[in-house]
Amino acid sequence: MAVTDPAAGGGTMNPRLEMLGAFWASFSENKGAVAGLVFMVVLVLVAIFAPLVAPHAPDVQNRDALLVPPFWEAGGSLTYILGTDAVGRDMLSRLIFGARYSLFIGLFVVTLALAAGVTLGTLSGYLGGWVDTVVMRVMDVVLAFPGLLLALVLVAILGPGLMNAMIAITLVLLPHFVRLTRASVMTERDKDYVVAVRTAGAGPIRLMVKTVLPNCLAPLIVQTTLSFSNAILEAAALGFLGMGAQPPTPEWGTMLAEAREFILRAWWVVTFPGLAILLTVLAINLVGDGLRDALDPKLKRG
Amino acid sequence: MLLRTLASALALTTCLAFTAAEAKTLVYCSEASPEGFNPSFFTGGQTFDASAKPIYNRLVEFERGTTNVVPGLAESWEVSDDGLEYVFKLRQGVKFHASDKFTPSRDFNADDVLFSFNRQLKKDEPWYKVSAPTYEYFDGMSMPDLIKNIEKVDDYTVKFTLTRPEAPMIANLAMDFASIMSAEYADQMMKAGTPEVIDNEPVGTGPFRFVAYQKDAVIRYEAFADYFGGKQAIDQLVFAITPDASVRLQKLKAGECHVMAYPNPADIGGLMNDDTLQVMQQEGLNVGYLAYNTMVAPFDNPKVRKALNMAINKEAIIESVFQGTGSPAKNPIPPTMWSYNEAVTDDPYDPESAKKMLEEAGAAGLKMKVWAMPVARPYNPNARRMAELIQEDFKKIGVEVEIVSFEWGEYLKRSSEKERDGAVLLGWTGDNGDPDNFLAVLLGCDAVGGANRAQWCDKEFNDLIQKAKSLPTQAERTALYEQAQLRFKDQAPWATIAHSLVTIPMSKKVSGYKMDPLGSHRFDGVDIAE
Amino acid sequence: MIPFLAKRIGLLIPTFLGVTVVAFLFIRLLPGDPVLLLAGERGLSPERYAELMAQFGFDRPLWQQYLEYLTGVLHGDLGNSIVTKQPVLSEFAALFPATLELSITAMIFAVVLGLPAGVIAAVRRGSVFDHTVMSTALVGYSMPIFWWGLLLIIVFSGWLGWTPVSGRISLLYYFPTPTGFMLIDSLLSGQKGAFGSAVSHLILPAIVLGTIPLAVIARQTRSAMLEVLGEDYVRTARAKGLAPGRVVGLHALRNALIPVITTIGLQAGLLLAGAILTETIFSWPGVGKWLVDSIFRRDYQVVQGGLLLIAGIVMIVNLAVDVAYGLVNPRIRHRR
Repeated sequence: MAVTDPAAGGGTMNPRLEMLGAFWASFSENKGAVAGLVFMVVLVLVAIFAPLVAPHAPDVQNRDALLVPPFWEAGGSLTYILGTDAVGRDMLSRLIFGARYSLFIGLFVVTLALAAGVTLGTLSGYLGGWVDTVVMRVMDVVLAFPGLLLALVLVAILGPGLMNAMIAITLVLLPHFVRLTRASVMTERDKDYVVAVRTAGAGPIRLMVKTVLPNCLAPLIVQTTLSFSNAILEAAALGFLGMGAQPPTPEWGTMLAEAREFILRAWWVVTFPGLAILLTVLAINLVGDGLRDALDPKLKRG
Repeated sequence: MLLRTLASALALTTCLAFTAAEAKTLVYCSEASPEGFNPSFFTGGQTFDASAKPIYNRLVEFERGTTNVVPGLAESWEVSDDGLEYVFKLRQGVKFHASDKFTPSRDFNADDVLFSFNRQLKKDEPWYKVSAPTYEYFDGMSMPDLIKNIEKVDDYTVKFTLTRPEAPMIANLAMDFASIMSAEYADQMMKAGTPEVIDNEPVGTGPFRFVAYQKDAVIRYEAFADYFGGKQAIDQLVFAITPDASVRLQKLKAGECHVMAYPNPADIGGLMNDDTLQVMQQEGLNVGYLAYNTMVAPFDNPKVRKALNMAINKEAIIESVFQGTGSPAKNPIPPTMWSYNEAVTDDPYDPESAKKMLEEAGAAGLKMKVWAMPVARPYNPNARRMAELIQEDFKKIGVEVEIVSFEWGEYLKRSSEKERDGAVLLGWTGDNGDPDNFLAVLLGCDAVGGANRAQWCDKEFNDLIQKAKSLPTQAERTALYEQAQLRFKDQAPWATIAHSLVTIPMSKKVSGYKMDPLGSHRFDGVDIAE
Repeated sequence: MIPFLAKRIGLLIPTFLGVTVVAFLFIRLLPGDPVLLLAGERGLSPERYAELMAQFGFDRPLWQQYLEYLTGVLHGDLGNSIVTKQPVLSEFAALFPATLELSITAMIFAVVLGLPAGVIAAVRRGSVFDHTVMSTALVGYSMPIFWWGLLLIIVFSGWLGWTPVSGRISLLYYFPTPTGFMLIDSLLSGQKGAFGSAVSHLILPAIVLGTIPLAVIARQTRSAMLEVLGEDYVRTARAKGLAPGRVVGLHALRNALIPVITTIGLQAGLLLAGAILTETIFSWPGVGKWLVDSIFRRDYQVVQGGLLLIAGIVMIVNLAVDVAYGLVNPRIRHRR
């Protein structure tokens, strides 16, 4: 189960490099994963350099070009490659700027959920007793609600908006990290090497950070990728229901919600934002599958 | 056992089943589930379409397709000279519907009128609290203060005594909340210990009898054979509840429904070109506006408000937000309403001058909030988009706009607070076709801190509308309302944005449908070809 | 078995209480004043406002409201909808069959396609079929279903005109609905074409809702099969010369099914979450759409009761899966 040999945990650089090499060799075998990775790298670059890449500003309305179709359709032009929306904003530019939001949402949610989840999970698993009971019961309560419903209600309380949507999604994804970390910590806790380090006088925090946590890294990485794509999907769903990022933010889910009334008249305003969500989530999931297979063949679930 | 139940259920249902093709059925794609079936509890248009209009009658009615008030359950009425006493002569031989829980033993009479009003008026009586209702319209139209007493003179005569003269009273009684229910049904259900049944399984005197309701899906009615106005041409009326406008349109095109409510503005152009459909359009009895807070600087200065008004490109809004299905508004009341002042000239769209005026008023470089409603309304189908357009317009005169929004309940609450920060997008749809229903409700001094979102209390304006309310004839009132509109335009508490153009697409098979200027959807007098 | 069951149920009690607290508190924390919402553009006088607040009980201390709420819940009283004045429980009961019918159909769709696809992919590991199934499954798994639904509507209802756009059955049919399941009721009604109409209304929503479970089941089945196929007894069976079909059918599949069934059971929460989006897109009159609408309407009592009921259902389904799994696999009972 362990990625690293814990005894070599504090060793020289070489074994680590070697490991990384082995990992990459295994990862790069998976063509889908590499394709996903390439897509993600491109997407990140596009997001970072959005103002340079986008042909138009995402919020500029050209009132002479409302609902212009993509260039290959009759009436379309190369000025607006993917057409324009109902107030004459360039679809492509909005999609490009939208990548920023989706990636940011994923990053924010995952970082927060990972940090909070690992902390709570470690505490719960290591300390046991009432801390464990309380934390796990609270997580049970969170898990008893369908994620989207809980997020929806949370956003309703906090008020619609991107920030609140992200907080809500973090809370919904949190239990998975807590449970995973707790389970790993509990299996590692009583193992010989941990007992050895503990009797050698290592403090509990040091013990956790240095020895126990690195050994639950593999499942955590996989869970993190999964959560990354989940976060993007849920945020888009919230946006779609009018509870996520608010217009005119070019967040993809929000764009879809705005476009819904044109479903029969302008297919492109509906199709492209959804396609962007699908491709991004797909790429992340491809990378996630590749990571899982490369990190731990036993975790492989197909 | 299970088999037997199944078999008997099968036998039963085949007996009951009737094939739809034999009866003339009209299907209406409505926009939302009714809140309930007692029209006096609610305010939603979809509720009135589903309850008050098909099932019930009122003492007086709005004539189909107009805002004229005509006799309904009352054949005639007389108003005393001091304007305080209204005596109604009731129609005789009017039948109530029967249902599986109730068979009427008598015709409609004065007891039903008393029951229907007293339920909303008399807080101490048990009926007041049945179904834990709120009587929004009854209260909203100030009926509890206005009605001193209602008495039964004889079985077919009822007298209302008011506390003060109220010119719009008759029009108020034509409103949906004043629907007449059966006192006999109420008594029976009360005795059976299930009084709330009368609110869920409605029994009225109207053109259609309520048959069944499946929440969020469908409401079924059948034509009432003994309707005092004669049986309707169609046999069955079905409301297909379809909240999504694109879906409603799809259903209309597929022939799954024959009439649809509120199409997307974006789709109307296409509808006009569809050979299988007919499209009716009329200006709605509504106005969409941007209300400044006239209590907060610099918006307390009419010049600033005027300048901002001149910066708004209404044509662009009509084009983009209403997709052409609206008309620019210059007055706070719609053009279909009597006393609309054609002579008023609108503020011109002139960003250059607007910028100058703003500088003169010392408000250059202004930063402000514009509130965008989170819901679509006929008077503003997409407030968010409208706010974005206004944001762009104001940018051109150097005014920086932040768009804010809250969920609907919160929006309504916060926007009515006197110290509110920012200008609010909102609107109003008329209830009874009376100008007082716009001018006093939305701009009167009494409404500051409430429905008067501009927090605008102007003595000159207020005196005019108060005086108009107490005058007996429409001509006299019109003169004052016309003056009031001039004063309004001069002081500019709002930017009047638009009146919507209400569009009702329907199948070519439908005949006799008349658009209601008051915005409801009525199916009496409508026929459908096989 | 009894102690195991008792322990599982015992664990549910604090969770259930937690759920009631969450449902109760969340709703009180919502901004938006339900009483003002009722009044709409019209507004209310302060006196009338106070009166209504008292009528709905919003003016009492929070703990008192909670105790009343909990007592009500334990007596099966979830309060009345503020908008429609109807009991929340009866509204739920009226709409739940629609959600259940949609969910079950979606699940059947997912299992019927996903299970064989996964099995065949595992048996023919590495083949074109395997790759196709797995790629498709990954796409399905990554699908934003709200967009998927819109896309299907554009193509099948808009362009092709094959399927109706929304609702459960054509409104031309009207019959009693003793079971609440339109497929069954339409058959019982004996009306010509009613069943076909119900099916054609159900098909797109069921595909949309079933897409993610389908992907999960296909992936899960394949990996479970691969694991079992690699185990000794299967290899032994093969070595003994049993026909490959029998090996797969009899031995491998049966063992692989256990984790797959668990997966299916655990999709309950996911399905209900998916139902929220699917029902919204297709105007399907079920509890998902009802809850979303109620959130927007600030119908305090409905959201509260609905949250509780949905969480309760998820908990019960999970318990049932747990117990079923415990029955099949006794080792699990002794797990900590």
